[in-house]
Amino acid sequence: MTNNSEPLISVKDLSVAFRTPDGLVRAVIDATFDIHPGEVLAVVGESGSGKSVTALALMRLHPKNAEITGSVMFNGHDLLTASEDEMRAIRGRDIAMIFQDPMTAMNPVFSVGSQIVEVIRLHRNVNKKQAWERAVDLLQMVGVPDPKARASQYPHEYSGGMRQRAMIAMAIANDPRLLIADEPTTALDVTVQAQVMEVLHDVQQATGSAMMLITHDLGVVAGSADRVQVMYASRVMESGSVDEIFYETSNPYTSALLDSIPDIEGSRELLQPIPGNPPSLLNPPSGCAFRPRCAHATQECGDSVPQMVDVSPAHMSRCHRVDELYRLAEVSS
Amino acid sequence: MTEIGVEPSLSPLPPLSPSEMGTPPVLSVRDLVKEFPIRAGVFRRQVGSVKALSGVTLDVFENETLGVVGESGCGKSTLGRSILRLVEPTAGTVMFGDQDVTLASRRELRHLRGKMQMVFQDPYASLNPRLPVGDTVSEPMRIHGVGKKEAAERSGDLLERVGLLAEHGNRYPHEFSGGQRQRIGIARALSLRPKLIILDEPVSALDVSIQAQVLNLLQELQQEFDLSYMFIAHDLSVVRYTSDRVAVMYLGSVAEIADSDVLYESPAHPYTHSLLSAVPIADPRRERTRERILLQGDVPSPANPPSGCTFHPRCPLAADRCRTETPQLVEIAPRHQVACHFPLGPGESLMERVAGL
Repeated sequence: MTNNSEPLISVKDLSVAFRTPDGLVRAVIDATFDIHPGEVLAVVGESGSGKSVTALALMRLHPKNAEITGSVMFNGHDLLTASEDEMRAIRGRDIAMIFQDPMTAMNPVFSVGSQIVEVIRLHRNVNKKQAWERAVDLLQMVGVPDPKARASQYPHEYSGGMRQRAMIAMAIANDPRLLIADEPTTALDVTVQAQVMEVLHDVQQATGSAMMLITHDLGVVAGSADRVQVMYASRVMESGSVDEIFYETSNPYTSALLDSIPDIEGSRELLQPIPGNPPSLLNPPSGCAFRPRCAHATQECGDSVPQMVDVSPAHMSRCHRVDELYRLAEVSS
Repeated sequence: MTEIGVEPSLSPLPPLSPSEMGTPPVLSVRDLVKEFPIRAGVFRRQVGSVKALSGVTLDVFENETLGVVGESGCGKSTLGRSILRLVEPTAGTVMFGDQDVTLASRRELRHLRGKMQMVFQDPYASLNPRLPVGDTVSEPMRIHGVGKKEAAERSGDLLERVGLLAEHGNRYPHEFSGGQRQRIGIARALSLRPKLIILDEPVSALDVSIQAQVLNLLQELQQEFDLSYMFIAHDLSVVRYTSDRVAVMYLGSVAEIADSDVLYESPAHPYTHSLLSAVPIADPRRERTRERILLQGDVPSPANPPSGCTFHPRCPLAADRCRTETPQLVEIAPRHQVACHFPLGPGESLMERVAGL
């Protein structure tokens, strides 16, 4: 949608590896992507695919034993080489994060209001009273009822949905330009999930910030993303606009994933599961990591890791057989 | 012990409707209540109670899958556990064939649990980590008097049937992935040839690609072993895929129960309607054009439920009557029951009704 604008954040060849007693685990391999102002990029994949590690690496919140290479350009700076002081100034002001479980992400011994005040005063020169007023406004904005009284309450006095709203209020306190939401609704019931996604959409519209939405739920992706990036076994397999990913799918993993979910309006015909299990990151298969489970795999797929290639402008896929499986099909149809 | 499927000699309540299926139900739950005490103070004095189930009535028929859906705290898991008396129900009856489970002695209960099995949500917590999985699968047979050799053989067959290898029986649970462990849990449930399996969120801990494998396996096994399932889940798409009929629960009682297609295409209860409209669909075009009823607030605490219809504080149709009078589960069409004073008609949209108010 906003592809002609300058990217807000530009990630190039980002790799994250962990040294473990059992060997090297490559959690993210050569991730390259941009996020443009105001855009929602969904990063989708199953557990262990590397989506959360990617997000943590952008914020430099990864564990100490991680080895990171590549670059993350934001505002003319490479976040991967920035000093810890610079990062502290950026976190919570320019880039803010929303976690899956607000109960563990918030401090249980401080009131919700005072935690928001802390975030505001860390980055802005305002007195406590002004910051408190802003905190109450923010709670109101995310739909916490009776925000004046609620600001003085503690996280445990909030319900799950309300806590996640408070978390969003805290994240947008300094009008960040990028919100990173890591499975923001996974812990919530479906009616509350709908409310929280609505709030996220509204605050994103109101503040004009971009969002990186990490999720395993393709329904949530379909409802809120502008662009989508599908990850499998540490690599991006396909990226494109939300419509391209769902209607012009150009990667065997993406299409297998879409075929394996039951449709709430659909039939009871047997689902098409993906055979086997995701590979171990300690001992990944040679060549394309999806090869052992892929219905279209050939000899070539085991020989080398496929590169990301253009299917159409801004739509890319990592598959050796992308031409014969997808691009030629489009020409002939 | 009598064979299951014989005419029930004593039924605590008349069948819900004559239009139900011709065969007697495998499982018949009537007015099931479960209260958990709230204790406080040094002497753990009871200061109140949480009504996890407040009078649940439903049937499961032969060879069918009854889906049970609802949000957290609605009592769906407590329902499954109370039926097997893994938690003791406070009141009500559970008829399995012609036997009242709630009155069964310990010995009878042990026998009954061979015929009614359960598969749990967490495949990591529900297998004994120190027992080779082959023993986990054969143990129920040993308890029920099957010889060692035969039990081991049958355990190998069962592991193969659920998609593992017989040799896997010598391995321990930590050597398996989540999906494989869930298969082991299913093999264990099958080991005594049950009539009914209560599946409590059997796929919600699994990744989507693995989820489909397990769902398909469950469907094959149902045909092969003539099983009835009670499929408890919060994922409405999964329940639609697996279930013949679906019961929607809210705060400890059944809000609506109907054939799957009827419930999903023409829900009568405003809660069912809003729940369905909240489910995200993996189809961007449908998502963009959908109208969504956003419910206000959260599910209330079962320790302090609202008066009258427990859904009234969140219901867009709530009227005075809903605040005072608890609606009963009544039949509005054959095989379609709903507990609402103002149910929606067939094909009527909640949005239209709200607009007309």
